Amino acid sequence: MKRIIEYFRSLLLLELLAGLSLTMRHMFRQTITINYPEEKTPKSVRFRGLHALRRYPNGEERCIACKLCEAVCPALAITIESTQRDDGSRRTTRYDIDLFKCIFCGFCEESCPVDSIVETGFLEYHFESPEEAIMTKEKLLAVGDRFESEIAENRNKDAAYR
Amino acid sequence: MLEMLETAYTWLQSQYLIWTLIKILIITVPLITAVAFYTYFERKVIGSMQIRVGPNRVGPLGLIQPFADVFKLLLKEIILPTSSNRFLFLIAPIISLAPAFAAWAVIPFNDFLVLADVDAGLIYVLALTSLGVYGVIIAGWASNSKYAFLGAMRAAAQAVSYEIAMGFALVGVLILAGTLNLREIVLAQQGGIFDWYWLPLLPLFVIYMISGLAETNRAPFDVAEGESEIVAGFHVEYSGSTFAVFFLAEYANMILISALTAILFAGGWLSPFEGVPVLGDTFLGEGSIFWFLAKTVFFMFMFLWYRATFPRYRYDQIMRLGWKVLIPITLVWVMLAALMTVLGIVVKGS
Repeated sequence: MKRIIEYFRSLLLLELLAGLSLTMRHMFRQTITINYPEEKTPKSVRFRGLHALRRYPNGEERCIACKLCEAVCPALAITIESTQRDDGSRRTTRYDIDLFKCIFCGFCEESCPVDSIVETGFLEYHFESPEEAIMTKEKLLAVGDRFESEIAENRNKDAAYR
Repeated sequence: MLEMLETAYTWLQSQYLIWTLIKILIITVPLITAVAFYTYFERKVIGSMQIRVGPNRVGPLGLIQPFADVFKLLLKEIILPTSSNRFLFLIAPIISLAPAFAAWAVIPFNDFLVLADVDAGLIYVLALTSLGVYGVIIAGWASNSKYAFLGAMRAAAQAVSYEIAMGFALVGVLILAGTLNLREIVLAQQGGIFDWYWLPLLPLFVIYMISGLAETNRAPFDVAEGESEIVAGFHVEYSGSTFAVFFLAEYANMILISALTAILFAGGWLSPFEGVPVLGDTFLGEGSIFWFLAKTVFFMFMFLWYRATFPRYRYDQIMRLGWKVLIPITLVWVMLAALMTVLGIVVKGS
């Protein structure tokens, strides 16, 4: 008897109509799409995007070539060579990050004692040839100069939680 | 000036071939445009049902998107698989497209706007819609690919099973209307929204729409191209303009089935307000081509609505539904329809 009732209930297509009404209700809902280039989702201050090398306010580069980042890098993406400068301080002559190897874990940023290597919130970059994926010291410093105010602001916001 | 136009008009009418060609163009050109915008409409409707926006980049509101798609497909290379049967491979898309357009010859847009007022119009339509599946079968066979072949076999089995249910659903309409002429079928439904055949033939109406979905290989009956199992089914090997023709045929078939549903079950060009006291006396009460188009668009929307709602049927479920559920119901209801006419419950053109 129960099976017969079930059979006739299924002929009324009740479940199909329930599904149809659901999609119809959804049709009039506000869309949740974000039109990307015009609109963007909010980003965390800890967002790990493109790398940058920072400078002190007087223009001196922060990096002291301690090579902690090179040691900690799990993907072996960082290559550093250093020398003694004329004023007696140790500085890098080469600081390369291979973005194809980099896994954006943020360990370099964490290990840096002078807050030199950081990851910015910048993520809209591209390469047109494989060589461009190697971020040299000059490129990293240029990125740092470009986003310095943003980097400093994000660090200030995050300082309370560190 | 006016006389000249008049003589030109009479001359055109005397040139039978040219005149018919012009009439064919008047039907097919809007139809192709309709197909283009139907794809856009589909993406927008399904998008909003999934709380997305759909295409909105090409032109205002993305309205130029269908043309961008068409030009992309037309400019692409047609790849001929080396092991395929070249002749059949190229003829298959045409076989599936031609019937979808040819069937429009007998569709009455209103009381006098019909290309060919044939007495056996319904049979003609039925014959042509079943011809379309040969395109799918030939495409699957000629591709010489296992996925395409599986898709073609599924399409063949599905078409054979649902053709019967569809035919019986139409027999119900024939019994009530007593004619095969599509124009006369519409005229037999006169008298307002509750005199249309969707009400006395409600189960047949539902079954006709379901088997219409199956005939056009649309979701939830799109096992012929079920991409999760057999990649793209019968049109895996097709690219560029040959693929575009298959695409065109599928959508033209959907529009055709929508138009047929409007004619057979929803009173064609007749107004739903006929006989209603106040509204019926205004222009809304008159039957016109706009009512026919509105009904067709409504049924076209239903196709998209089903696609956004239902998951794909499994192959054996399709066979079960077709043979063990739909056909028995149609058989019972055809007899009930006969009873209704004999007892005078449904009167022609009341």
